[in-house]
Amino acid sequence: MKSKYDAIVIGAGHNGLTNAAYLAKSGLDVLVVEKNDYIGGAAVSRELHEGWLYSNCSYVCSLLRQSIHRDLNLTRHGLMIVPYSGTTNFSLNGNYIAEYGDHDMQYREIKRHSLRDADAIHRYETDLMRYAKLIRHFLLRTPADPTSFKPRDLGEMMFMAKKFAGMGEEQVYEFMRFMTMSAGDFLDEYFENDLVKALYSTSSIIGTALGVYSPGTAYVLLHHVMGDVDGAVGAWGLARGGMGAISNALAGALKEHDGEILTEAPVAQIIVKKGCAKGVALEDGREINADIVVSNLDPKRTFTNIMDAADIPSDLRKKAENFKIRGSSGKVNIALTGKPDFPSLPADHKLRNGSFQFLDSMERMERAYDDWKHGRWSDDPFIEMTQSSVWDPTLASPGHYFVSCFIQYCPAEVEGGWTPDKRDAFGKTVIDQICNYSPNFRDHIAHMEVRTPFEIENEIGLTEGNIFQGELTIDQLMFNRPFPGYSQYRGPVKGMYMCGSGTHPGGGVSSACGANSAREILMDLKRPNVVPEDDVDE
Amino acid sequence: MPMQTNLQAADTIDHVHEGVIYSPFHRRTSAKNINQQWSVWNGYASTKYYADAHLEYFSTRNTCGVFDVSPMRKYRIKGPDAEAMLNRMVTRDVTSQAVDTVAYNIWCTDAGKLIDDGTLFRVSEDDFWLCAADPNFDWLQLSAVGFPNLEITDISEDLASLALQGPTSCALLKAMGFSGIENATPFSIMRFPFGAGEITISRTGYTGDLGYELWVDPADAELLWDQLFSVGQVYGIQPLGEDSLEMARIEAGFLAPDVDFHGSLHTVDRGHDHSPLELALGWIINFKKGHFSGRAALAKEKAAGKHRRLIKLDIEGNKPAENSILYCDKGCKKTIGYVTSAMWSPVVKANIAYGLVEGQYADGPIWAEIYHQKELRWVRKLAQCTRVTKPFWAPERARQTPPSDC
Repeated sequence: MKSKYDAIVIGAGHNGLTNAAYLAKSGLDVLVVEKNDYIGGAAVSRELHEGWLYSNCSYVCSLLRQSIHRDLNLTRHGLMIVPYSGTTNFSLNGNYIAEYGDHDMQYREIKRHSLRDADAIHRYETDLMRYAKLIRHFLLRTPADPTSFKPRDLGEMMFMAKKFAGMGEEQVYEFMRFMTMSAGDFLDEYFENDLVKALYSTSSIIGTALGVYSPGTAYVLLHHVMGDVDGAVGAWGLARGGMGAISNALAGALKEHDGEILTEAPVAQIIVKKGCAKGVALEDGREINADIVVSNLDPKRTFTNIMDAADIPSDLRKKAENFKIRGSSGKVNIALTGKPDFPSLPADHKLRNGSFQFLDSMERMERAYDDWKHGRWSDDPFIEMTQSSVWDPTLASPGHYFVSCFIQYCPAEVEGGWTPDKRDAFGKTVIDQICNYSPNFRDHIAHMEVRTPFEIENEIGLTEGNIFQGELTIDQLMFNRPFPGYSQYRGPVKGMYMCGSGTHPGGGVSSACGANSAREILMDLKRPNVVPEDDVDE
Repeated sequence: MPMQTNLQAADTIDHVHEGVIYSPFHRRTSAKNINQQWSVWNGYASTKYYADAHLEYFSTRNTCGVFDVSPMRKYRIKGPDAEAMLNRMVTRDVTSQAVDTVAYNIWCTDAGKLIDDGTLFRVSEDDFWLCAADPNFDWLQLSAVGFPNLEITDISEDLASLALQGPTSCALLKAMGFSGIENATPFSIMRFPFGAGEITISRTGYTGDLGYELWVDPADAELLWDQLFSVGQVYGIQPLGEDSLEMARIEAGFLAPDVDFHGSLHTVDRGHDHSPLELALGWIINFKKGHFSGRAALAKEKAAGKHRRLIKLDIEGNKPAENSILYCDKGCKKTIGYVTSAMWSPVVKANIAYGLVEGQYADGPIWAEIYHQKELRWVRKLAQCTRVTKPFWAPERARQTPPSDC
């Protein structure tokens, strides 16, 4: 480690690594500082039980920008995104609705529950795809400042206006409705069957402290279908080797361009002198200098923890305190010695390899949310259980399985505070729910890791364990993300930038925030841009 | 606590069948499909060709051929409000459609964009069948808003259906005992006792030649197939696959959904769907009948007259203009559209195609950029196109009653 760098990136999560890789690629001398003794932040793979590799935070991938994967040669650095398929959503009586990749099978599957919904799915998917295609234009672009008259902002506003108008007058109205709507209301406009609606509603509340009938959740649903795997928009894949493979590949790209990473180096403060960022002070007292300091921490942590209140405007400090970054999700990661058995599915059925959910109706989800509002984890939690190791042989040895369970809802604070006992009680609720549908599931458990928002915050550093670094509601999106006036990745002092998911285009393992931020930094340094455009196909 | 489950055993759940499903004629069609050449239509295994596509295609022009249309989606709209509801949905005047007749119909969004096309059977005053290549149940429900006195049911699985097409088709049906079938006028329906119940025969089809469609209970499907092929031997009967039917329908001037037009409800990008005026379907838009879905938008578009046009092209040379871009000049400076369907027509010995072009260029010179292979080597050529206004194939017998060969 040197005492001075051109740029320091705080936090070796995937966006920090992306940002650093591009700064290094442009020729800057870059250091990434990371508080943990491992890199990756929430895109991480760790052997938490001998013989099992845990992809224990983020667990599936769709938003990762293909053009960045390609541009940084991430495949050469060990990354492979593989497809997986089949979600089965069980109802209480063991019957279920499944998602199939095959169009005709999907039609017949929905038809088992509602003929009309089997037909309506095409109309629903077409409308959602229209919005996804629109949003995808903006992922690898810096949001325009709508109040600015700079040629660049006017140009971006024109670009945006053109894309909007390109949808046609009627669709502009529809899109405005959509952006402010609840997922529940949106789904009710297409479907009649509760199980069908339940299946499609689940992505609208993932990581979000809202219910399916809260306005704004339709966008969260869209956020989960605007990614792609090899051009199949809306599809999700797995990173071979767990999500850590993404971070490791990005670190490989960074090192290829002579960037450095310093682990076990928590930052105490960003050093500001005369209104300019000058480096970072580590908690152990060391100081490292740089004229560019990029925070990959969430906006709340950045402006309330590692920046001195005296260095930043009071209104920004207030905005950071008010930033909506509520914790609402938990994870239970499980090492299994046998494959989970779901007796309602025929032996050797393809669906046995897929993901599982247990939700009859949106009403049940809304009730799960009610528990959260009262400061309790859901009694009847929503679980998305992904059998990652079925598709990725590197996670467990043959015959052994790694499953990742995402749980909604789990509050960041419970009465009296989180304790190991309460954490385990939360874990038990989750296992009880799974055992309801897979009675001998418990017998296969070799080890499990239960993570409430409390653990996620303490290990990864995400405030309240919010997986998106701030909620994806319209008041915190586009030119309002993270706050009005700060959407173009620049902080309040010269040389200080943001690059985390708290910035546009928001959460998910996309690398877009880190890449967009790098482009802005290079622009300020008057260096040629090395960040690629998105490869959105017109 | 999580809610209490009461799990059913796997064998009590109606799991969806994985892979293709089979039409009521599958045992018969698969026996004749000697090379196992299948495609998938609405999830059903559908034969591409049986043994020899060229020979099978010619049966529609020379003898007769049989195509399994069972995978078509069929809906029944029944009740006192059925006529009024359908009249608001489709562009033709349903109130003037006689009982026991069939009418080719289209339905549009309020923006005047085509959703789908199909045939509307009026089987009694208040009972209709709507047949379309793709599912339309959702749109029928949306179109029935405000019409409570009717019932819409999917009868796709309740009917097994075959298209019998070609010059000897009438004679064959007569020989099978359906006497009087020669008096069926185009687009009329007749019924005869058959098997355990009844057969409905409509003088309809997708080949532009003399032909009929036969509708029976699925339980009688194999009986119908067997009778057709035993009696039909001396009438030159052949089974038809999708490849042959596709050729026949292009010659006849019929549109194929998802080939010549993109249904509006499935269209993501503006301008990638179509108005029926673009598709030369103005002849079935009845502006005099009062309100129907899309009327105002279509009237406006018609008055402006600036819409794209789907036109029939006769193209020089013998290389089909598949996937070709169309230009108004040989130098390819100005793109004016693209080819939607193209083929060498064996019966008229012409290189034919449909082109969708910007309206202002429809009557001017048109050049097609054709890529074709010579022993694997790709070659590009520019071919001059001549606009044709009549269907490429429209024999007299298709309109005669009784037909000349019967």
